[in-house]
Amino acid sequence: MATLGPSHYSPYPVAVYENILPPPPGKALLLTEVVDEEVAMREAAKAMLTRENPTIFPGPQVIYAWNEEAKEKARLIRELAEVLGAKIIPMVDYRPKYPKIDPEKEINPNHPNLTIWHNNIKACIFVGVHCHYANVALKIIRAETDCFTIALCSNAGHEDAMITLRDQHSEELKKFIEIAKEVKKEVK
Amino acid sequence: MSINIFKINEELKEFIPQEVIDLEEKATWGNPKRGVMDLPYAKELLEEHSLCAGCPESMAFRYILASLPNPEDTIIVNSTGCTSLVFPHIALHTVHSLFGNQNAVATGIKRTLEWRFPDKVKDVVVLAGDGATVDIGLDCTLQSFFRQEKITTICFDNEVYANTGGQESGTTVQGHVFKMAPKGKQWPKVPMWQLAIDSGCHYVVRMSVSSPKKVEQVVKKAIYVAREVGPTYLHLYTPCILEIGLNSDDALMEMRDKDKERFKFFEYVSPQAEEVIAKKKEEGLL
Repeated sequence: MATLGPSHYSPYPVAVYENILPPPPGKALLLTEVVDEEVAMREAAKAMLTRENPTIFPGPQVIYAWNEEAKEKARLIRELAEVLGAKIIPMVDYRPKYPKIDPEKEINPNHPNLTIWHNNIKACIFVGVHCHYANVALKIIRAETDCFTIALCSNAGHEDAMITLRDQHSEELKKFIEIAKEVKKEVK
Repeated sequence: MSINIFKINEELKEFIPQEVIDLEEKATWGNPKRGVMDLPYAKELLEEHSLCAGCPESMAFRYILASLPNPEDTIIVNSTGCTSLVFPHIALHTVHSLFGNQNAVATGIKRTLEWRFPDKVKDVVVLAGDGATVDIGLDCTLQSFFRQEKITTICFDNEVYANTGGQESGTTVQGHVFKMAPKGKQWPKVPMWQLAIDSGCHYVVRMSVSSPKKVEQVVKKAIYVAREVGPTYLHLYTPCILEIGLNSDDALMEMRDKDKERFKFFEYVSPQAEEVIAKKKEEGLL
């Protein structure tokens, strides 16, 4: 049976209703607090290393080789998944799936809760998902699951994620991987 | 935008569902000679859809999407109606506009693309039903023709507002009775193809979608003419089998019947369009 999140089936943008806003440039959001990027990265790595079935959800911006940055990010995401011991389940595009998706193989922004429930995912990273669909998916996950969400956003971040890192590009991903390696040694 | 947006990063390929890999490897990208004859062999840009079983609109979609000469650089603009149920499933860029303003939105997209990518060919194709094209959106449709916008407009004419229960539309035939039009329509069908000619379209066709090869030919001609000359318009009969009381397997015969009547093949080509078509024939693209 699915476990609901604190917002239950709320149709509202709950994070904003709780006065949670995206972090300012150079900072990150950790639950309700604005913190330094490194602090958020450590907590994100800790969540992924200690919770059940950690999973990375790469979106179209990193799945497809549309520029050099995307190619580099894909390589880094693969490395990050190995460091965190996380599964990779792609969000290949935003088309609805009929009659239904295969939740073991993909996630869809219109019903991301199905993939999270099916795989009992308790921590996840969104990376390379276009912001408008990341917003939709993160709101649904926040409302309908108890999954700890981490958004690695290349723009302004997502207040509906439990941890939001903004302006994340290849350099920042490399930094995150190094921090994840350190945290991995600590939690063992 | 580039064709690379369909190429999957090697590092992540093992996690990608096979149908998406097929879309990269087996769909017909970068080949202007693609057409309906590829349908049995190539990965289609539309496979699953949410239209009724046997709906002629789904046939029209398959033929049109298989015929686009430049799918990787084509933007499709759609509007409210049965067709809008299909667009989320298409593996191309689509924009859903408000009910009726699809040609205005397409105008903006086309002009912006010409400004942003002056050295690239970008096709903008409007796909909308008869309600959006002829009734609610007639103003925006005709105004885009008057302005000579270089877009292709394709109207799926099912002669009724089908997914709202069967109200008469501008293209309903005089005398036809529907569930929500019990007295029968009192005015003649709007001859949209004629309005398109009078409003400045350079290539206009009226037909049903009973013949896939013919659909391919007119779609390609319409897009090539729109690229170089100005607006083009295709008026396609895609009957709503539910609203006219037919079974799923009756649609093709219904269209073939109407091929001999009010949807008899009609084609208008302006002198400028004729030049473009002749040139494309020489190049082996038609």
